[in-house]
Amino acid sequence: MSAAGSGRSDKAKFLGVSVTRLEDPPLVTGKGCFAADVSFPHQLHMRIVRSGLAHARIKSIDVSEARAVPGVFAVWTAADIPDIPPINLREGPNETLAPYLQWLLAKNRVRYVGDPVAAVFAEDSYLAEDAADLVALDMEELSPLLSANESPGEFEPGHTTEPSVMRKGYGDVDAAFRVAHTVVEMELWIGRHSGVPLETRGAIARYDVGRDVLELHGAAKVPHRNREAIARMLGRSINSVHLIEGHVGGGFGVRGELYPEDVLVCLAALRLGRPVKWIEDRREHLMAANHSRQQYHRVRAAVAADGQVLAIDDEFFHDQGAYVRTHGMRVMDNTVGTLPGSYRIPALRTVGHFRLTNKTPAATYRSPGQYEGTFVRERLFDVISAKLGMNPIELRRRNLISPTEMPFKRQLNILGEDVVYDSGDYEGQLDKALAAIGWDELQVELKRRRAAGEAVGAGIAMMVEKTGLGPTDGVRISVDTTGAVEVVTGSASVGQGVETVIAQICAEALGVDYKRIRVVHGRTDRIEYGIGAHASRATVMTGSATHIAATKLRAKAIEMAAELMQAPVDALDIVDGNIVRTDMIAGPSITLGEIAANLVPTSKMLGGREPGLSADGWSHVDHMCYPYGTNLAVVRVDRETGQVIIERYLLAYDIGRAVNPMLIRGQIVGGFAQGLGGALLEEFLYDENGEPLSVTFADYLMPTAREVPQIEVLLLEDAPSPLNPLGVKGAGEAGITGVGAAIAAAIGDAIGMPGAVTRLPITPQRLKAILAQKHECSVPATTSFSEFSKV
Amino acid sequence: MKPAPFVYHKPRTVDEAVTILAEVAPLYGRVLAGGQSLVPSMAFRLARPAHLVDINNVTGFDRLAVDGDALSIGAAVRHTSFHRPVTEGPLGKLLAFVVQHIAHYPIRTRGTFCGSLAHADPASEWCLVAATLDATMKAKNLRNARDIPADSYFEGIMSTVLKEDDILVEARLPILTADTRFGFYEFNRRAGDLALAMALVLYRIKDGAIVEPRIGIGGVETRPRRLREAEAALTGREPNSANFRAAAEAVAEAVDPLEDTQASAAYRRDLLRAVVSRALERASV
Amino acid sequence: MTDKIEIALTVNGRTYAVRTEARRTLADVIREDCGLTGTHTGCEHGVCGACTVIVDGEPVRSCLMFAVQAEGKIIRTVEGLAKGNELHPLQRAFIEHHGLQCGFCTPGFLMLATAALENGLEIDDDKLIDVLSSNLCRCTGYENIIKAVRAAADEMRGQR
Repeated sequence: MSAAGSGRSDKAKFLGVSVTRLEDPPLVTGKGCFAADVSFPHQLHMRIVRSGLAHARIKSIDVSEARAVPGVFAVWTAADIPDIPPINLREGPNETLAPYLQWLLAKNRVRYVGDPVAAVFAEDSYLAEDAADLVALDMEELSPLLSANESPGEFEPGHTTEPSVMRKGYGDVDAAFRVAHTVVEMELWIGRHSGVPLETRGAIARYDVGRDVLELHGAAKVPHRNREAIARMLGRSINSVHLIEGHVGGGFGVRGELYPEDVLVCLAALRLGRPVKWIEDRREHLMAANHSRQQYHRVRAAVAADGQVLAIDDEFFHDQGAYVRTHGMRVMDNTVGTLPGSYRIPALRTVGHFRLTNKTPAATYRSPGQYEGTFVRERLFDVISAKLGMNPIELRRRNLISPTEMPFKRQLNILGEDVVYDSGDYEGQLDKALAAIGWDELQVELKRRRAAGEAVGAGIAMMVEKTGLGPTDGVRISVDTTGAVEVVTGSASVGQGVETVIAQICAEALGVDYKRIRVVHGRTDRIEYGIGAHASRATVMTGSATHIAATKLRAKAIEMAAELMQAPVDALDIVDGNIVRTDMIAGPSITLGEIAANLVPTSKMLGGREPGLSADGWSHVDHMCYPYGTNLAVVRVDRETGQVIIERYLLAYDIGRAVNPMLIRGQIVGGFAQGLGGALLEEFLYDENGEPLSVTFADYLMPTAREVPQIEVLLLEDAPSPLNPLGVKGAGEAGITGVGAAIAAAIGDAIGMPGAVTRLPITPQRLKAILAQKHECSVPATTSFSEFSKV
Repeated sequence: MKPAPFVYHKPRTVDEAVTILAEVAPLYGRVLAGGQSLVPSMAFRLARPAHLVDINNVTGFDRLAVDGDALSIGAAVRHTSFHRPVTEGPLGKLLAFVVQHIAHYPIRTRGTFCGSLAHADPASEWCLVAATLDATMKAKNLRNARDIPADSYFEGIMSTVLKEDDILVEARLPILTADTRFGFYEFNRRAGDLALAMALVLYRIKDGAIVEPRIGIGGVETRPRRLREAEAALTGREPNSANFRAAAEAVAEAVDPLEDTQASAAYRRDLLRAVVSRALERASV
Repeated sequence: MTDKIEIALTVNGRTYAVRTEARRTLADVIREDCGLTGTHTGCEHGVCGACTVIVDGEPVRSCLMFAVQAEGKIIRTVEGLAKGNELHPLQRAFIEHHGLQCGFCTPGFLMLATAALENGLEIDDDKLIDVLSSNLCRCTGYENIIKAVRAAADEMRGQR
């Protein structure tokens, strides 16, 4: 007789199994429904007229020629929509940042090349572009501010281009520097780059007059938040606005924040009486969708003689671009939160300058502030170790937080939450990573190859991630009378496989094949509340809620079945959608569908029960969980050309518990490719007039199959999160966070100049310049891992 | 990124083609061959031809054949035609090797050899081949036909001596002797990108010494060319690494490199040094 | 605006009567006039390869061809890969090996790989990566795309 609730041993398992994805069949057959695939009868196409100058005063806009083109329905400028407020912060109003928000169409001034100035609405997209070319902008050019670390300029009378300075820290930094044995100072730059998904942005709005409902298709990431924001901006009730997500061609943080174009199509659908479709083109995307990452850091560390880092003092300048967008200063906040990483760092001072420049506005991109903060901290550690003559790994060991110190309170409040590392064995993971790559043998081999003339080296970057941003999520699960299961979530898909993961969690808890489960997401008309998908939270938050709801629903079904089957509740289990007895080999069974039929409102068996085989589940966390990783990179540098070849890359990552290992690895490898892009290839450049130079895929270079090596991933389940019932942690950003740091470290080792790489991307031309320069660092010319004793 | 409107012409014969082009060229009419360079520029609306003369259907333009001592390449011959060697001997191998560096496979199925020559991007591999091998370009318009040797064909960035009503109907490459060695090397940020520097070298070995060397460079200056002085210095020398490096150094000193957002002049010079040296090494294998 | 031209396009074995301006790309006409939205446009300047279709047996960037140029040619898109409910080996392999995440680049990769394999691409790693580096993917990091194509190639070779 099996123990109560433990189920039958022949029951299929879904957690920890790399099942194939539910999402795939329509996508491989070309039956996906991406934004550009959505069309409504009589729709108008919107084309945005954008500023060609980085900074100018608008003298006049002549739309008469454009309006006169047959097939053009309307042309708007700011003067046509005076009653619509600028796009606000996602968190809510902020007095300090309010003057810097972006209007739907520029009023008086344009502040970046790409700034929307007018909107053309026409019968087809080709025509709309023709008409847009005829809109005449008369502008008085102003000089652009292109540097975030030079003195701030004037945004408008009464407001400078430095809306705010963020000061956060803890401990006595000045005391630490007074007693320090060694002080290390560095200047570090992270280049401007961003998510650049393969699908550009798109928005299609339709107003149903009869029902007084405004629909926005092409939504993504945070449909419920955006719905609320749009409703408020347009003066409508929230339940008269619905956002509908179809297939989404990648998000990476960039897609799904509220942009002017999203609100414009909604407004146009309301006012013009026809559906309005806007599909961004690639040139627009590269100059109008959120940029990210660009920061300049002046950082110092106070170090004790034994290598303990006593304090970090970081003044940094965040290049926000022309306006404050929906995230406000969150990327800066995240940078600060990331800075101490896996190390104790008893004292920290950060001064973050939030600076506006005449470039595309910036916001979050996968691992926002974390990629940047990890780069800064790990570079600092490499230079510290070189200065002390200590092995970089030994330096890290001496500073890592130990498992006995968990949960570790960081004394920082980031994104409105106190930072408390929930669990972690950083040194244990480090050892596993070193063993997995064969570090000692690797060092011997690298030394041999260097002696033979090759420029090869290895680098390390350790990181702490933050995932599972709450505070709350909820789902509703129901079973119909055929036994088919539907999980309605407020989650969103950006292509990451959320449907499959949620279905697996539900399948495991309920006892049903995952293929019989439909997962609904991205639809504000199906569920009132949702957190969408970002900050690597879907598996943690939506997954936990699913587990809770499925467990409740299972109990409900078994309770009903107990009555119908005249069996004790303890002797029942659900296996593959059938309620069966666990105390007999072959006995009676009843399907979930039959249970559902017995629970319909008119059922004679209902008794005093709530009708319907359904259950809600809510998950709640006060804190994010903090998974952690160790990156190891091996590179070869071609000294003559400056080209960098990644020979090996290993990421050891604590996933807590893996729901679908194949999908997790997919996220990590994909993130790695983006991290590599940011380290070696991708950068948004501007000329001295603020003209963007990276507006084609021939200029903005992303890695191809040729540039991305196969990497080694060590997924560890050593430390399940104590904060949710499944013990899971998020993996969406794991692959990308440490790549810039690890590659920079490896390059430094390869060329015998540990601190040399201080700027990303490290292009071949920049690397050649480093090789050519005299050695200015205060570190010995040839320092490498193998010079030190084994650790 | 939709192209501006144009009138489309689809001639079937050479005479039709040059006749139409004569009429529309002054009205901003252009030839459409592979379209792999023209159509992107139209998508960005940098080019807004009012007329396109599509030459992909002109009889005879797809001719690729050996005529005596030359390989004749018609106006519509695609890059993929060269994937497998089109002649026995070094020329076929050279073209088959170089073609793999041109963009990517799906571009090569449409792009044309002559189209690359007419477009004259400084980083075009075929332009480098034409310059290094002293190809002959055959231009035809309504009034006349003429032969243009490579060393007077290229004028500058995206600029040749072709007139707006000319069609480049054929390019002729000399058949190389069986003992000709060749080496090609290019440097780019990613595979398939435009080269920041490239070199094509050819030579024969006689009595252990280099004879009749050709050193062609591309991607570095406004147009591809042979470096005659460096060639002269290499003549009669042994094919060893020291001499290759010296030749590369001489080439690097002799060029006036482009300065642009992709690469500085100094960096291109550095690259060229590496690229010439490596091309020479490859030829020696 | 220019005059519209009437053309007949043959896509996946079916003929479509299309009236279009000459400037409309093959990609846009396939999507909007033929209603086959499986072919995607990711850049419209011939770099990303999401728009890859097969024309007369060869992979082509449909954003770089005008629809009027495609008359009389045999065009195949992703919608024509499966035989009824039976998926093409490449489609099955992409599912098996998690060769897609958001799926936007997938039709382009499927058509690129189909054309390459049908044209006798030897599936040694170097050549395969060369061909697959033609197209951009932003989600997968390419590893599983490479695995999927290799697996499908093995299967397709076994069938010959």
